[in-house]
Amino acid sequence: MSGTTPSRAAGPAGFAGRKPWWQRDRTRRMAGRLIAVAFLLLFFLFPIYWLFVISIKTPDEIYSSPPVWIPDGFHLDAYIALFEDGDVQAIWNSLLVASVSTVLALLFGTMCAYSLARYRTGGIHLGLWIISQRMIPPIAIVFPVFLLYVMVGWVDTYRGLIVLYTTFNVPYVIWMMRGYILDIPLELEQSALVDGCNHWQVFVKVVFPMVRSGLFATAVFTFIFAWNDFVFALIVTRDAVTTFPVQITHYFGAQSTFWSKISAMSVLGTLPVMIAVGLLQRFLVRGMTMGAIKG
Amino acid sequence: MAHLSINGLHMYYGDAHAVRGVDLEVPDDQFTVFVGPSGCGKSTMLRAIAGLEDIGAGTIAIDGEVMNDIRPRDRNVAMVFQNYALYPYMNVFDNIGFGLRARKFDKQEIGRRVHEAAQMLGLEDYLDRMPRQLSGGQRQRVAIGRAIVRNARLFLFDEPLSNLDAQLRDDMRAEIKRLHQEIRQTMVYVTHDQIEAMTLGDRIVLLRDGLVEQEGTPFELYDQPATKFVASFIGSPRMNFIPVELVGDPGAPAVRFDADTQLALPSPGGGRYDAHIGRELLLGVRPEHMRHTREDGTRPGVEVLTVLVDLVQPTGSRVYASFALAGTEVMAELEARDVPSVGDRLEMLVDMNRAILIDPDTERTL
Repeated sequence: MSGTTPSRAAGPAGFAGRKPWWQRDRTRRMAGRLIAVAFLLLFFLFPIYWLFVISIKTPDEIYSSPPVWIPDGFHLDAYIALFEDGDVQAIWNSLLVASVSTVLALLFGTMCAYSLARYRTGGIHLGLWIISQRMIPPIAIVFPVFLLYVMVGWVDTYRGLIVLYTTFNVPYVIWMMRGYILDIPLELEQSALVDGCNHWQVFVKVVFPMVRSGLFATAVFTFIFAWNDFVFALIVTRDAVTTFPVQITHYFGAQSTFWSKISAMSVLGTLPVMIAVGLLQRFLVRGMTMGAIKG
Repeated sequence: MAHLSINGLHMYYGDAHAVRGVDLEVPDDQFTVFVGPSGCGKSTMLRAIAGLEDIGAGTIAIDGEVMNDIRPRDRNVAMVFQNYALYPYMNVFDNIGFGLRARKFDKQEIGRRVHEAAQMLGLEDYLDRMPRQLSGGQRQRVAIGRAIVRNARLFLFDEPLSNLDAQLRDDMRAEIKRLHQEIRQTMVYVTHDQIEAMTLGDRIVLLRDGLVEQEGTPFELYDQPATKFVASFIGSPRMNFIPVELVGDPGAPAVRFDADTQLALPSPGGGRYDAHIGRELLLGVRPEHMRHTREDGTRPGVEVLTVLVDLVQPTGSRVYASFALAGTEVMAELEARDVPSVGDRLEMLVDMNRAILIDPDTERTL
């Protein structure tokens, strides 16, 4: 904006004194920015593009050197194979396990967070202790968990994975939701109490709508954690509830590697997350407390 | 319609003893104002009445029923908060009707009552708006609307006007007063602003350090302050306190400012001051109880004092003239047409009928 000011200040000559648009500072700055953005986009989007094009290439194109940047046609053979062999079951497994564990983690985590935030349950440091649980590297506990699961017969079951992911996500949910809940003006809840709500109604009618955008943001992260997990799924599943990251490893054979299947499975595995983030983007960025409090 | 009784109330905030033994009656249908400086315990008490704070000792009873262990929602009180406490995700209609929905009123009844309240508060055109689309004054009206639709037996206001700018505050103050005249319910109102207390209250309870300093009608507090604290808190500009010596004979007392200035006191019934003759006391005179001689003749009890003006502050409607007396700076409120100049020698008429004498040891009025 400031680029136009000097030319306008040039005096009564007015527009006659302005430089042609391609020489103006503003145009040049904008062009510089666009080039930088284009470069960054290329850098970050190329791997995704590459992942996608491999899934629609013919085997010859995949192995050709120099690489084929733009494939000739749209070969869906890899996708068809995934569906015909029933390998897409892995996507369904991932979806189910990640969704259920996300819902459970949000449910329990938010209630815990409310208790921590409003009733000071466990003192002020309990929240920190809980989030520290999340910092344990999964690999450190996965074998004890595996032995435990062998004993109770939970290996290769949905509930096994769901319980594991929920356990791992609850501390994160508690930590995030505690922050969102602390941001709610206490008077909103007190006003509801005086107006005729009990504590449970306050939670449902005031706290929940107030933290809704925070809840969605947290949900995206917990879902992605479960969705992307490899270590737990690799150890505690066999073949019945194989999730898609584990399924992908099955395509690395001793003799050959099925790049088209790997890439097709990866595309199928990326889509749900991208769709979810796209749909929830509105909530991820919106501030909900506007207007509640003058300030 | 409710009668509120507070007996021997003690409240604690951590180690702080916020309310230190308050006994109080809030009569039916009256507008009672809790006023005092910040930290005097007024908001704490109000929140205890609503059930939002734990009580240390004592009882709070509404209509004779002890409320100590009753949940906020079962007390049938309504409360308006300082920051409005509107739900930002609900429009005005839903905000006003929130309490009715929580109490499971049927839809038609909610609609009827919300519209009635909106009409009373001039909010009918805003029922579809979200709180963030409203001005501060409108938000405060919505908060009041949410309280009045419930037909609660007791209304609590916690500094509802302190987030508004000066002009709006005056308007809303008038509206709240009018509202009380219309719905005639028991209201308890907390403020730190003595003007709000004076203009709104049928009764004022002045609190200090968790104790009731004085309670009564606005005029009782203004005319007969029990202590120096009340005398200085109520009234603006605040009362002048001048060190004097009580002299004269029993039945005809006078106050002496210095060797050659003294004013006679109207003799109070029963020789109230006699025991204090010869003592150093504080004379309390309000700025508005001093006049310029030119104005009118003298009445019994009005004494003439010659002063040297050293500061003049005109406000348009009034002029504040300051002068030194007995080592203290004293301010008088004069008519606007009487603008004196610095250095003027004025003959000031002091209405000793309305002056008070304070014992400096106890800070209580004699």
